[in-house]
Amino acid sequence: MEKRELKPREVKLMKGNEALAEAAIRAGMDGYFGYPITPQSEILEYLTVEVPHRSGVVLQAESEVAAINMIYGAAGAGGRVMTTSSSPGISLMQEGLSYIASAELPCLLANINRGGPGLGTIQPSQGDYFQAVKGGGHGDYRLIVLAPASVQEMADFVFLGFELAEKYRNPAMILADGALGQMMEKVDLRAEGSLPKTVPPWATTGKPKERGPNVITSLHIQSEKMEEINLHLQAKYKTIMENEVRYEEYQIEDAEYILVAYGLSARIVRKTVDLAREKGIKAGLLRPQTLFPFPYERINQLAGHAKAFLDVEMNSGQMVEDVRLAVNGKTEVFFKGRMGGIIPTPEEILEVLEQIEEKSAALQD
Amino acid sequence: MEDNTVLEDLELVYEKPHTLSDTAFHYCPGCGHGVAHRLIMEVVEEMGIEEQTIGVAPVGCSVFAYHYMMVDMQEAAHGRACAVATGIRRLLPEKYVFTYQGDGDLAAIGTAETIHTVNRGENIAIFFINNAIYGMTGGQMAPTTLCHQITSTSPYGREVEAMGHPLKMTDLVAHLPGAYYVTRQAVHTPNAVRKCKKAIRNAFEYQKLHKGTSFVEIVSNCPSGWRVNPADSIKWLEDNMLPMYPLGDLKVPGKN
Repeated sequence: MEKRELKPREVKLMKGNEALAEAAIRAGMDGYFGYPITPQSEILEYLTVEVPHRSGVVLQAESEVAAINMIYGAAGAGGRVMTTSSSPGISLMQEGLSYIASAELPCLLANINRGGPGLGTIQPSQGDYFQAVKGGGHGDYRLIVLAPASVQEMADFVFLGFELAEKYRNPAMILADGALGQMMEKVDLRAEGSLPKTVPPWATTGKPKERGPNVITSLHIQSEKMEEINLHLQAKYKTIMENEVRYEEYQIEDAEYILVAYGLSARIVRKTVDLAREKGIKAGLLRPQTLFPFPYERINQLAGHAKAFLDVEMNSGQMVEDVRLAVNGKTEVFFKGRMGGIIPTPEEILEVLEQIEEKSAALQD
Repeated sequence: MEDNTVLEDLELVYEKPHTLSDTAFHYCPGCGHGVAHRLIMEVVEEMGIEEQTIGVAPVGCSVFAYHYMMVDMQEAAHGRACAVATGIRRLLPEKYVFTYQGDGDLAAIGTAETIHTVNRGENIAIFFINNAIYGMTGGQMAPTTLCHQITSTSPYGREVEAMGHPLKMTDLVAHLPGAYYVTRQAVHTPNAVRKCKKAIRNAFEYQKLHKGTSFVEIVSNCPSGWRVNPADSIKWLEDNMLPMYPLGDLKVPGKN
């Protein structure tokens, strides 16, 4: 192949979807298999322009079902591979994801979440938290779930996602939303070739004489063997929970009211925190960057001296269940959500926060 | 044991390929899978390509194909073998990649993957074992089940008005420009076995050319599913299967 110059570190103004696609090439992606769906089609479009004269393989599959199974085959062949979609398409991939998780194939997915259920709307939503974090497909498995809140993180989490997926032989998912995919921001892109890569010894690349056949499978017909596989997976998930929790805090040191939000919601809540502080309410934000593993420990710690929690999501209340598990009854947990593709305003969240503060003050009087 | 002692003194003229494991087949007596497995592995051995070959196993009776075929293998979800093979072959374009699929896997749940894989002309070999029944799950009706054939889910016979017609996938894919070589073979007689092996060899050889998909249907016996004994299943296949699924080439390079 013709020698090609690798792209250096660059600062650009880009759409979230494009930044994610560009980062994937820079992260040394060997293969992308995808299917068009709004609001993430720019990823496939960008890659079909760039990949042919840079590196790797890009293929528009006949369906999301085919795409995720191409990912299975290509990841099993030792490639660094990615697929992306939006909610209805991600639903179609759940079967394949369960197989990929069981066969322990590293790969990266991005769900540019839109409003559901059903065909729903192409507007941004966080309605797929349960599906991403709690399984989605059949059986006991977990994805590593990263939640970007900026175009910068849309790019950074591609590198992180590949890194974690390969470190743990586990599928990783970037859970963003339509607004993050479509918005333009400044992004500092890492240099191409900066993520090391090796062909894993378990990959099906053709069996040399020195070893037996490599087999990629999720079929273990004996219950004892299947339980053994499950115990191994659970031990891996525990290690991930111990080592890979990531979150960002804002104004948390003296906060009496802790707002928890991820992704786009967290950007809005950050503004709410500023507005609350102006009014003398000591509010702070905890933004999980990893949804699995979830920052249970940190939230539990904060629950010891917070007056109340307010969880904000663009859904009917999904992550709030994990916040309640983490708080474990130490203090009250409230929820504010919008659905159907509606983005809440900082002001409407502030109203809820003010009501909580009034209630809390009344209780203390 | 005594028989083996006698055999030791004789000249060895025929043995199983080393690409086939020592694991005993789990297939029913009279089933065609064992012969089909063996032919594929014989070809891989004879071509000396076991180090460059990656197989994809299906869901169905041959779900454990990787217990017998001693090459790198991937187990696909039901119907998705062609998509999995596409992923492998796109990343490893110089390797030999094949899928081994039954009629339920390839012609029902995997119809879309099969057609689009052939339509893209993926440089893989697809081996399609058609025995007109779902064997693994206990003999239910398949898309290739014959008209009036009795199965556990067509207990009064397949009535086409309600259950549709037998699906001739091989005829269908032969029309696709991405198909390079399409043939229908069987493994029920020594002569059929010889012809089938030649077709399997072609399917592997053609991968070197990067000119499209090779598709080999193998009409196969299922005595258990057909509720006949192994010997009678040969006649059953000839009387019932072959009129609907006639043997021969459907698309040969340079001739179509």
